[in-house]
Amino acid sequence: MENINLTPLKPILEPIIPLGRSGLLPALHAAQKIYGWISEPVASEIARSLRVPLADVHGVIEFYSLFYNKPTSKHVIRVCADVACALKDAEGILNHLCAHHGLEPGQTTEDLTLTIEPSPCLGLCEHAPVALMDDLAETNINLQKDSYQLGRPPSWVYGSIRLLTTNCGNDTTSLEKYGEYTALKKANGMKPEDVIAEIKASGLVGRGGAAFPTGVKWDGAAKATADQKYVICNADESEPGTFKDRVLLIDDPHRTIEGMCITAYAIGASKGYIYIRAEYPYIVPVLETALNEARDAGYLGKDFDIEVRVGAGAYICGEETALFESIEGKRGFPRVKPPFPTTHGVFGKPTVINNVETLCNVPLIIAQGSAEFRQIGTEKSPGPKLFCVSGDVVKTGVYEVPFGVTLRELLEMAGGVANGKKLQSVLFGGAAGAFATTEHLDVKMTFEDLRGVGLPLGSGVVMVFDETRDMRQVLKSLGHFFAHESCGKCYPCQMGTQRQKEILDRVASRDVVEGDFVRLQDVGWTMTDASLCGLGQTAASAVLSAMKLWPELFVEGQTSKV
Amino acid sequence: MTVTLVMDGKELTIDDGKTLLDAARENGMDIPTICFHEATTANGLCRMCVVEVEGMRVLQPACIVQAANNMKVQTRGEKVVRSRKTILEMLASTMDLSDAPEILTMMDEYGASHERFPGAERRESEVKDDNPMYIRDYSKCLLCWRCVQVCAEDAQYTFAINFDGRGFETQIGTFFDKAIPETSCVLCGQCVGVCPTGALKPKRQFQLEQGMSPQEISVLNTGRKRRKEK
Repeated sequence: MENINLTPLKPILEPIIPLGRSGLLPALHAAQKIYGWISEPVASEIARSLRVPLADVHGVIEFYSLFYNKPTSKHVIRVCADVACALKDAEGILNHLCAHHGLEPGQTTEDLTLTIEPSPCLGLCEHAPVALMDDLAETNINLQKDSYQLGRPPSWVYGSIRLLTTNCGNDTTSLEKYGEYTALKKANGMKPEDVIAEIKASGLVGRGGAAFPTGVKWDGAAKATADQKYVICNADESEPGTFKDRVLLIDDPHRTIEGMCITAYAIGASKGYIYIRAEYPYIVPVLETALNEARDAGYLGKDFDIEVRVGAGAYICGEETALFESIEGKRGFPRVKPPFPTTHGVFGKPTVINNVETLCNVPLIIAQGSAEFRQIGTEKSPGPKLFCVSGDVVKTGVYEVPFGVTLRELLEMAGGVANGKKLQSVLFGGAAGAFATTEHLDVKMTFEDLRGVGLPLGSGVVMVFDETRDMRQVLKSLGHFFAHESCGKCYPCQMGTQRQKEILDRVASRDVVEGDFVRLQDVGWTMTDASLCGLGQTAASAVLSAMKLWPELFVEGQTSKV
Repeated sequence: MTVTLVMDGKELTIDDGKTLLDAARENGMDIPTICFHEATTANGLCRMCVVEVEGMRVLQPACIVQAANNMKVQTRGEKVVRSRKTILEMLASTMDLSDAPEILTMMDEYGASHERFPGAERRESEVKDDNPMYIRDYSKCLLCWRCVQVCAEDAQYTFAINFDGRGFETQIGTFFDKAIPETSCVLCGQCVGVCPTGALKPKRQFQLEQGMSPQEISVLNTGRKRRKEK
């Protein structure tokens, strides 16, 4: 067995032990910081300390992409291989780096000084192509010029209004600059039910993708009786093409924290979590600093406090019940709903879980009142909205606009298609979204208008492809993403994402076999109709939309007709 | 208390708190299941028992959803049949179903093809023969989770097995792939009892299937106490 010295591990585990099983991910992260990977004696020591069965610890390590149970370096370069970066030759960068260090993708040098691996979307799409070098973002990589930026990723914020992003674009906003939590103070002077009524009246719906009415969610948790309730900020922003929450959190953490404090007051929660994806390591210290500022100012630490939890490389943990499982120290398997989080959330207790952008709307609504908030946007989609514009446009970045702006207007703000090329299509809503084409340019971007033309708003992704792009390659990339990220619990998604990937690989290499069109459709509809959670139910959404728009792509090269 | 619902146009009345699957089975109607087992907590993961419930956006697992008054359920609609057939075809393209006669029967019933997915990657692995009581042949495993459940809170509280990998790469595994005698396994055999596909099999049965005679097997198993002759 490897000669592993457990001495440095024990004091690190000490403060985590009281968390019990819930401390499993924090313990594995802490151990990996010391050793680079989790060896058998380290896993055994963690299991013993936290009183978790050995097999369960193994199962958790195996589930999360960023936990390693084979020798891995403490220094890891993760090259983003997903859609926006793939457009900018991510594969070339990965191969170049690997060749330079004499490694294959996913390999570690023999002396354990470096590991290089491809990564799913790193949420830095506006700076593509990108990589993550340990805890630093490596952006705008240019192989020809041999240049890149390393460190905190810049925030590029544009649009026609600056309500949610008023403090974004210029480094982190300290509490001193953010000012007092005036919305929280106002809320504290109201009855909790009146705060909820105000959120309901504002018409705010979730901005993470599912668009569930926020006030209704809060009401459910407020009415549930329990000795303990929780507020969770879902910062597991992993939908390929999404990066707005990254900008909100790193530039203006207090807006999210104030939003959580108001939520906690409204539903009677005493404990909160910010669950942030491990691919945003540079945000974690920013959050810790902001939380300490809020504690020192007396906003946190008395009736309500917040703990930061870091994911470990699993898109599925953005699904709310999988996120609960992850906080509880388990594999991120989504739970069957009902029961819903408002009554049976994390640790089985009533929980409100909201996306970062949703929470950032809360102080705004309370401060100015729901009537004023409803002046922004449209009747059925009130408020400001952030769009993540990436791909082939002149100015990529986060765009804040009122609901109701058309896709054409948004693309004009972004300077139009880059390099004087024409627009081919837009991936709307994320990997779990759908494709729009030039005929959708004048559709108003509201929940109701988009629904009318079969486009999901999702998490606000607007990824642009110019006329020269081969959509087959984009689809192949989506296929690989979902196959990598399926949790494996329910059969339709576990096997369907794999079969979908195989067929899309054939499509990309113009090597389809007879019946692939119907085969791909059957797999897609089976995942959509019968999967257990939202990941599986949308894993074929973009593919099915592409099949409607460009059926010829899926039969080309096939000898007999479908 | 009872509830009354309509399933496939038939009015059914059953006790409050029962599932749609209970309602169907108590009334002689067939809803197929794979992962469901009376002794384990229903996880609704195989999705074979999905049905259409009026007013619900996606198909619902009958093994979990409770029957309610005025519910309207279709157990064999177009979406349901397409999903079940495709799930069965994907299973056949993924694993060895030769020891799973119930699933083979379902495939016939739904007209599911064994060759639907050409060039599909299969989950294949070597037979693990590392203990005197049972073998593990994960080429035949369809990940119903029952073995993990009975090894844990559903029965034995032994926690010897869990999962390797995720997604399509998922497999049942032990801590750092240890042999069974090096784990907390107490050889209770409950996992073997609930396995629906012969992935877990008594060692003696496996040896007989390998063509060994009972005499050869008893010589091999000299470490075990011999039972008294009946």
